[in-house]
Amino acid sequence: MTFAGPPLVVRHAEKQFGAVRALAGASFELRRGELLGLLGPNGAGKTTMIKGIAGRTRLDRGEVVLLGRSLGPADPRPEIGVVPQELALYKRLTARENLAAFGRLAGVPASAIRARVDWALEWSDLKERADEPTERFSGGMKRRLNIACSLLHEPSVVLLDEPTVGVDPQSRARIYEMLATLQRTGVSIVLTTHHLEEAEQRCERIVIIDRGIIVSSGTVAELVRSAVGASTHATIALAAPWPDGRAVPAGAEIDESRRTLSAAVTDVGSDLTTLLGRVAASGIRIADVKLAGATLHDVFIALTGRELRE
Amino acid sequence: MIGTLLRIAWINLRRDRVAQAMTFALPIMFFSIFATIFGHQGNVTPKIHLPVVDEDRSEYSIRLVKALAAEGALDVQTTRSQNNGDPQGAPLTRADAEGLVKAGTVAVAVVLPKGLGQSPRFFGPSPTSRPTVQILADVSDPIAPQMVGGLLEKVSFTAMPEAMAQEGIAMFEQYGGPLTPAQRESTEHWLTDLAQGRQDAPSAAASPAFGLPTEIVNVLQPHGGGAATISFYAAGTGVMFLLFSCAGAGGALLDEEESGTLGRLLSGRVGMRGILAGKWLYLTLLGIAQLTVMFVWGALVFHLPLVAHLPGFIVMTALTAGAAAAFGLVLATMSRSRQQLAGISTILILAMSAVGGSMFPRFLMSETMQKIGLVTFNAWALDGYLKVFWREAPLTALWPQAAVLLSLTVAFLVASRLFARRWEAL
Repeated sequence: MTFAGPPLVVRHAEKQFGAVRALAGASFELRRGELLGLLGPNGAGKTTMIKGIAGRTRLDRGEVVLLGRSLGPADPRPEIGVVPQELALYKRLTARENLAAFGRLAGVPASAIRARVDWALEWSDLKERADEPTERFSGGMKRRLNIACSLLHEPSVVLLDEPTVGVDPQSRARIYEMLATLQRTGVSIVLTTHHLEEAEQRCERIVIIDRGIIVSSGTVAELVRSAVGASTHATIALAAPWPDGRAVPAGAEIDESRRTLSAAVTDVGSDLTTLLGRVAASGIRIADVKLAGATLHDVFIALTGRELRE
Repeated sequence: MIGTLLRIAWINLRRDRVAQAMTFALPIMFFSIFATIFGHQGNVTPKIHLPVVDEDRSEYSIRLVKALAAEGALDVQTTRSQNNGDPQGAPLTRADAEGLVKAGTVAVAVVLPKGLGQSPRFFGPSPTSRPTVQILADVSDPIAPQMVGGLLEKVSFTAMPEAMAQEGIAMFEQYGGPLTPAQRESTEHWLTDLAQGRQDAPSAAASPAFGLPTEIVNVLQPHGGGAATISFYAAGTGVMFLLFSCAGAGGALLDEEESGTLGRLLSGRVGMRGILAGKWLYLTLLGIAQLTVMFVWGALVFHLPLVAHLPGFIVMTALTAGAAAAFGLVLATMSRSRQQLAGISTILILAMSAVGGSMFPRFLMSETMQKIGLVTFNAWALDGYLKVFWREAPLTALWPQAAVLLSLTVAFLVASRLFARRWEAL
């Protein structure tokens, strides 16, 4: 019988390393078949959270519930596949040998190992290079194999720590395509990444962690609405400097060169028309107008006060 | 520019403890070890423990034993229980002496045969027709038998000069006719002076043509067994390189930690115990293969009698490889990096090999160094191999070595398990 609830729930996770509080009561849940992005600045507690879920770090307090089962620190977690940030491969072994070794160690029965390895090679698009030592592989190929090695035992929850770090955009796209095919089979995925644009595009939901606590979670639209509001940012380039002493239109700001006006507009149709009308009434010609919605980056800065890489 | 480079190099060295140890501590350590092994031997020559079997019990043989006991270089044992502080115990027999040599308790023993006191010792028929003093020897120690032989010659001349003179005069009378009464009286005085050890009495000159007939008897390989000497070198070299290869291969744990594969293994079903057990088994098999190759090469090229000693070889190789594998795991788990492992293992293994007899036979070291050597893994392994190949000891005789090596294996495995806790869930 399959479990109907969220496959993974973390409640009030706490972990202290000496004076450093890596997790300070973080809670979130992973829904069935979703790709959840776990974002946070360096040192925010992302890797500790992943290790805590995987059983590689013993939480001081809190609870990890996997498929409805509350896990003790030493409980086995066969339903989880962990993809480490490092390229955890045996470089002198071929792709096929690596897959077979990690499959056996993950408990795949001998009778099924061949079929699972063939599936993994197909899934990761490495079939043509299956019998080459991995030390000859490109970074992207190693990344794909690194992920595949954690999936031999068909986990229902996959934890990926920076799965696209150090690879080119094409390889990153290929990795996300692979993850999408997994999702379609009902696998639930948590990933940490430094690529905000990718997280915005690929993840159904985002969890932002900072200083060991979850500061916000939801879809990108929900995060934007809650963190920076639903307004659109309008930028108006002027053909000539805005005259000194003349008041700028209400709600707008002028930059130091006095050639660029910017304002947040909630209703583009009416608010923007009003603003443009007031500028035109001043007699200064409008050179350009740009509109931009708030991004995950804006949300991130608003919530953490830090860039992702700080 | 060069000053900047020097400064960078100096800062690197100052902050790299392993490099400092390799540069300064290791040479000092080796100098100290070898100075201790060899340097002290010049000042305090180790006494040779010498069981003496007096089968003759004649006045001559008793005086000879007393003279040997008076030699500073010898520690003479004449009774079975003398080592236990009982000089009045049962006299040693030839079988006792042979047993002591075969067991490796002593390197040499002397048998004074029956009839020695009654037969000509210095002049007369060829030595083959006279009773011969036998030096029962473990010829793996090339020094002790020769030294004892030399001392026997010496005391036979210096302890009983009148005996040699008497024999000489008797021989003269036999072939040259009897002495005149005056000559006889004069020689009687001279013989009395010799017996009383007067300084102005003419000393008896040693000559290769004369002297106490002695014979060195190889009691361990009575039919010749020079090839067995190779076993010492095979074992010594083999054990040292076994330790190096186990330490190096054990370092795969550090590589796995760095690459993340260890974390991946620990995230799966394999616990740390399983990982260590797998590594230990692999290293043990690798060690068995390495030692086997070494001894097979010795058998093929240097006629090492491997096949004749196969059971003992198998036992000692399995025990040695198992302990070396566990030792390699300890080194790997206690090290923080490959570089640190290389430094620590080089220092430890070379020191253990020097003290434990891999580089220089322990039986040629001073007694103190021999005892110190017993704290090393090498000494027990080499002693075991020597028992098998040199002393041709039965398997049951290997129990002390087996017990120590097994205990070390368990201790090393427990230590490596404790060290490996840092890789587990924190």
